[in-house]
Amino acid sequence: MAYFYQVIALPFITAVFVPFLHKRINPRIHTGWFVLFVPLILFCYLCSYIPIISAGRIVHLNLPWIPSYGLNLTAHLDGLALVFALIISGMGFLVTLYSIYYLSKFKEALHNFYVYLLLFMGAMLGVVFADNLFVLYVFWEITSISSFLLIAYWFEREKSRSGAQKSLLITVFGGLSMLAGFILLFLITGTASIQALMNKVELIQSHPFFVPAMVLVLLGAFTKSAQFPFSIWLPDAMEAPTPISAYLHSATMVKAGIYLVARLTLLFGGAAEWFWLVAGVGLVTLFYGSLNALKQTDLKALLAYSTISQLGLIMSLLGLGSAALYFGAGKEGTVYAIAIFAAIFHLVNHATFKGCLFMVVGIIDHELGTRSIRKLGGLMQAMPISFLLTLTGSLAMAGLPPFNGFLSKEMFFAAVLKAGEMPFFQMGRWGSLLVFVAWLASVFTFVYCLIILCRTFLGKQHTEKLKKKPHEASFGMLLSPIILAALVIIIFFYPNVLSRHLLQPAWEAVLPTFAGAASLQYEIKPWHGFNAALLMTIGVVLLGFFLYKTFLKWRRFLRLYPHRYTLNNLYIWLLEKTEVFSRAVTKRYMTGFARDYLVYILAFVILVVGGAVYLFNGFTLDFSRNSAVSLYEILLLLGMVSCAITVLLSQSRLTSVIAVGGLGFMVVTFFVIFRAPDLALTQLVVETVTTVLLLLCIYHLPKFKKEKSPWRFKLVNGVIAIGVGTVMTLVAFSAYAHHLFPSISGFYKNSYQLAGAKNIVNAILVDFRGFDTMLEILVLSMAGLGVYTLIKLCLTRREEHEGSQ
Amino acid sequence: METIMCVVIGILFAIGTYLILSKTLLRILLGISIIGHGVNLLIMTMGGLKKGGAPLLGWKEYSFTDPLPQALLLTAIVINFATTALFLVLSYRTYEELGTDNSEQLRGYENE
Repeated sequence: MAYFYQVIALPFITAVFVPFLHKRINPRIHTGWFVLFVPLILFCYLCSYIPIISAGRIVHLNLPWIPSYGLNLTAHLDGLALVFALIISGMGFLVTLYSIYYLSKFKEALHNFYVYLLLFMGAMLGVVFADNLFVLYVFWEITSISSFLLIAYWFEREKSRSGAQKSLLITVFGGLSMLAGFILLFLITGTASIQALMNKVELIQSHPFFVPAMVLVLLGAFTKSAQFPFSIWLPDAMEAPTPISAYLHSATMVKAGIYLVARLTLLFGGAAEWFWLVAGVGLVTLFYGSLNALKQTDLKALLAYSTISQLGLIMSLLGLGSAALYFGAGKEGTVYAIAIFAAIFHLVNHATFKGCLFMVVGIIDHELGTRSIRKLGGLMQAMPISFLLTLTGSLAMAGLPPFNGFLSKEMFFAAVLKAGEMPFFQMGRWGSLLVFVAWLASVFTFVYCLIILCRTFLGKQHTEKLKKKPHEASFGMLLSPIILAALVIIIFFYPNVLSRHLLQPAWEAVLPTFAGAASLQYEIKPWHGFNAALLMTIGVVLLGFFLYKTFLKWRRFLRLYPHRYTLNNLYIWLLEKTEVFSRAVTKRYMTGFARDYLVYILAFVILVVGGAVYLFNGFTLDFSRNSAVSLYEILLLLGMVSCAITVLLSQSRLTSVIAVGGLGFMVVTFFVIFRAPDLALTQLVVETVTTVLLLLCIYHLPKFKKEKSPWRFKLVNGVIAIGVGTVMTLVAFSAYAHHLFPSISGFYKNSYQLAGAKNIVNAILVDFRGFDTMLEILVLSMAGLGVYTLIKLCLTRREEHEGSQ
Repeated sequence: METIMCVVIGILFAIGTYLILSKTLLRILLGISIIGHGVNLLIMTMGGLKKGGAPLLGWKEYSFTDPLPQALLLTAIVINFATTALFLVLSYRTYEELGTDNSEQLRGYENE
């Protein structure tokens, strides 16, 4: 229990040092050797928890992160989390080992690769250990981002970039809706801790937000786990280097959605909506994936669709198993609960056999330079070890003994058969359809497994199509898949060792309400006698063989479905239309014309300031404190207004400049009337200089042209101008009438004592607020420098111009 | 007095805004200048007008007007001058470089 957080944070910590290390040692030593120890330490450390977990205990650790918001890095380590964490670290170790031989230390940007890989590893561990929903979300998105970076690892390829973009768009969309679902859950219960939510199942299930929250959370899980119809990103993600496909896109990241569904089964399970959504989408995905896998000629694409299909299988098992909660703990419930056990079991099995297959495909790609089954064939003699590995992997996936896939596939059939007879959730005649779809999908699975095996290793060799002569890979590259293949067989012969120590606790973690009842006991047996599930398997094998033999005859039927209506084209169409639409909308208001932006700003000012004055009843008139008006002042005011109007109407530059000057001098007079001698003096100087400057400058500026603007242009300007004027008048009235705070001017009456000055205004400027004045001088000098530079630039240019003449 | 001032300030603002929204650079410059005067007068008015003598101590009058708006304004006038000068030279130089003082023709590239 000690150092848990330090060990879990190890990937993040190492990721910081990898670039520096890479600079020092590469290319003498492959950077991967230094990264390798991280998953190894993690795996060994996590293994030390197996005795604790299998004894039925749960580890709960707490580390405050943002306590004021109730966000704590609470780690909840139970069976489910441990199974995932062991897969993450174990597969991480094997994949890193494999990548050392797969990625050249001379050509590749290894530091990037390993930084992203470690980032992912740490984030994924965070996802499975996090107890707080929002912490889980943060790690969830980090896995999306690291997946994006890894798919785009060979970013100079166009396909890598588009694949990465697609995966990011889809998974982040799902992640955001999942966040919305989490927020709903938080609103319902007032807590974000998953364990605390488990105690409020009644409250959640009776709340009107129950179904929206469920759908939103499921969107996150389905996008991440590439369920139909969000599965389109996974085949494109195969642009990543093969170690990544084996790790992120088959063993770990795509199972995050499965993890989430398993983790929240207790919360949502038992409801018909959950059952139908999870099981239905899972079954559709299973069927869709296996059918599409048949069409592929690229081995990696084939494996991607098979991953989609297998993920659908696990998802549907979780859905079927959720029916257990409908019955509650007891004999009837346990029958369905076995489906959940099968899901966890198949998840482990899938990681082993699919990882093995991906690595072998990587080897073929690496050694022969192609993955297309059209160019491959007859490799058995040249690559005997790879052949044996593929044999193990594909037959395990097809569900044949003596491989672990057989055990979980049998359990899947048993679960589907059981669900087919269900007397609840409006099952009716859908039951038999359910069984049929599952069976047919398994037949397709069997066929594509044979395609992987036979089209690659058996038959005729097409040496002329290959760039390189077929040969076996180096031992280092074969080591990882050999370990996985060995696991595939070992699990078949000793499933109950795994079951007792890992699967059983994970099962209890998914269904904690059942755990106490001691009804969660299941002995995995390879032989059940001749039952319906076994008959189904035999049927799969027979029909599968037949279909494989006649595959060339009926393959063209697969292509009947029009290419135009695929999901992928829908995605591309949506993306393009979104771009076109947003560009059109943006172009409507981002005109590049400064006046238009000013109109937006000023209209906003009118609305906000005027609206605030109106809403808060800010407008007040107060004539009581008005000072007296003399005729002389009235005349001056009229003069000011007429000067301003002259500027507005004048067609001559000289007139308007002089009118503005006149306005300025009248303001000077007002400063005198308002007892402000300093202001009057300053304004006088400034106004004179400005007018002279303007008069100097208009010599260089063009004559006023009559602005031939459309009347709409003028109308908008006029409305805005009058609006601004009105609002400012209202503000001026209100500002004068309201006295919310006492004036602070009294303080400055002591300026003689405090600053030794009799002129209060001067004292404020140079003494009390001396820093302000200093900064004002700074602004003035900056403007002066600007003016000087602009003129100087102009002069040099002119000189050059004259020089050239 | 204050009431009339408020109305005049509004008129100055309206005329200044209209000028700012036009296309000629010199008109925009003059508009900014007029709005500057409006702002100055507004700050003066908000503190109350003609409420005593000039804020100088040791004068014969005991009460004097609020010195704070005046101090603020002094800064404002100077900064206003700086920006006006900068903008003036900028528009002059823009005209030299690009041959137009019409802000509609000064917009950026089409393909930005």
